[in-house]
Amino acid sequence: MMQFSDYIFYFFSSILILASLKVITANNPVYSALSLVLAFFSAAGIWLLLHAEFLAIALVLVYVGAVMVLFLFVVMMLDINLESLKRGFWSYFPFAILIAGVFIVEIYLVVSDKFFLESQIETFGTSKSNTHSIGNILYTDYLLPFQISAVILLVAIISAIALTMSGHKSHKAIDPKDQIKVKRNDRIRIVKMKSEKR
Amino acid sequence: MEEFLKQYLDPKFAITFAYLIKIFCIVIPVMISVAYLTYFERRVIGFMQSRIGPNRVGFFGLLQPIADALKLLFKEIILPAKSNNFLFFLAPLLSIAPALAAWAVIPFGFEMVLADINAGLLYVLAMTSIAVYGVIIAGWASNSKYAFLGSLRSAAQIVSYEIAMGFTLVGVLMCANSLNLGEIVMAQQGGISQWYCWPLFPLFIIYFISAVAETNRAPFDVAEGESEIVAGFHVEYSGMAFALFFLAEYANMILVSILAVIMFLGGWMSPFSFIPDGIFWLLVKVAFVLFFFIWFRATFPRYRYDQIMRLGWKVFIPLTLIWIIFIGAMMQTDYAEYFH
Repeated sequence: MMQFSDYIFYFFSSILILASLKVITANNPVYSALSLVLAFFSAAGIWLLLHAEFLAIALVLVYVGAVMVLFLFVVMMLDINLESLKRGFWSYFPFAILIAGVFIVEIYLVVSDKFFLESQIETFGTSKSNTHSIGNILYTDYLLPFQISAVILLVAIISAIALTMSGHKSHKAIDPKDQIKVKRNDRIRIVKMKSEKR
Repeated sequence: MEEFLKQYLDPKFAITFAYLIKIFCIVIPVMISVAYLTYFERRVIGFMQSRIGPNRVGFFGLLQPIADALKLLFKEIILPAKSNNFLFFLAPLLSIAPALAAWAVIPFGFEMVLADINAGLLYVLAMTSIAVYGVIIAGWASNSKYAFLGSLRSAAQIVSYEIAMGFTLVGVLMCANSLNLGEIVMAQQGGISQWYCWPLFPLFIIYFISAVAETNRAPFDVAEGESEIVAGFHVEYSGMAFALFFLAEYANMILVSILAVIMFLGGWMSPFSFIPDGIFWLLVKVAFVLFFFIWFRATFPRYRYDQIMRLGWKVFIPLTLIWIIFIGAMMQTDYAEYFH
């Protein structure tokens, strides 16, 4: 006898699988990006079923709300020629099969592991806030790894900016300090003229 | 209400039915307020510009929004040539759906809330952040240069201001010790001096300006920019599809105002502890905040695009970070009580 939550699980997971397939099969890159958004959304739905509301909302907030927006932003502006992308498909195919095989074995090892038995997954009751417990563990037991990952991210941000800023110095950034010094006389000249006779 | 319905219905249906009624009780007043907010905006801006504004349809023009809605319903929806049909019609839905979904966690009074979830603040932030998809997809699917430019501007703007907005919410949750919107209001109990707009004053101002930017309202309305890119992302839309964008924009405006009231102005709490609390106070405060939106639109010229980006990244984000550290430091001192 299936419970109602089981139906919701199968609903979300079927959407997740279909959307993920669409990501790699869609002809239009914009459709691929939008399917990935749908896949993230369905994954968030599945996490909600596990009472992991913080992770689910963070997934929507970070990946759907920010990362994929920027992805779409770029994909829409690029003129991607799909024919040239698909050209080498069969020559790469054996290598792809190899990687897929490795992935399947890895997933099998994880899922069949004793850590992943359904009875051992801790679901937090509705009485205890999921966000609260994640925050507690993140800032006590895992404080150092958390801080290190934050520093790594900061370095990544700075290096990305440094990479784009180096080389050409011809960017048209305006300095607000100079801007506010502008006087009226720098920009306009009022010419007094006598009205001429017809 | 569930108890009442259980007398007549199967208990399973009674719960679903009660929720449906509650949803209607939220959505219909929101829709009516959206309609009358447009009327209010036109009248107020009219008076600010020494005009009269709509005053013909009904008493003082009060039926004008209904006349407008009927007009938009009967207008033809025109599909631009070579546009992407599916995404063209999906875009208005994607902008209205999150604008309405976020209302689920808004508390209107003590325990007067549809979904009393623990991560309410995060949920609202997530919902407002996905509203940008409607704009982006509309711009791309329209197959028009103006629409596309508008959607790109809007995407960059919303993503930038969301960060500052998120940081201001961090300040609020540090003070309230909770992500639940109802508990945030309850933490501001005890009159006007206890409201979070005082200890978090810079964050309150930054939240409000970011909210104006997030809803694409003047002076941050570069996504529409009538004088530059005609109407931005919705230039190709007509009839009901256009009306949905309009509804979403105004519903979002009311939503961010109600959030400002809940987080900084004490929600449904009365300003003086001897006057009883109630939903009346919430409505008065929301109307007060909404008036600012309209006032801004009538007063300020549109920001230049690079100035918008500078304000968001170089002014607001550092300011919010400094104030968050300041609050954290003050909480360790003797003055901690002022920050709770």
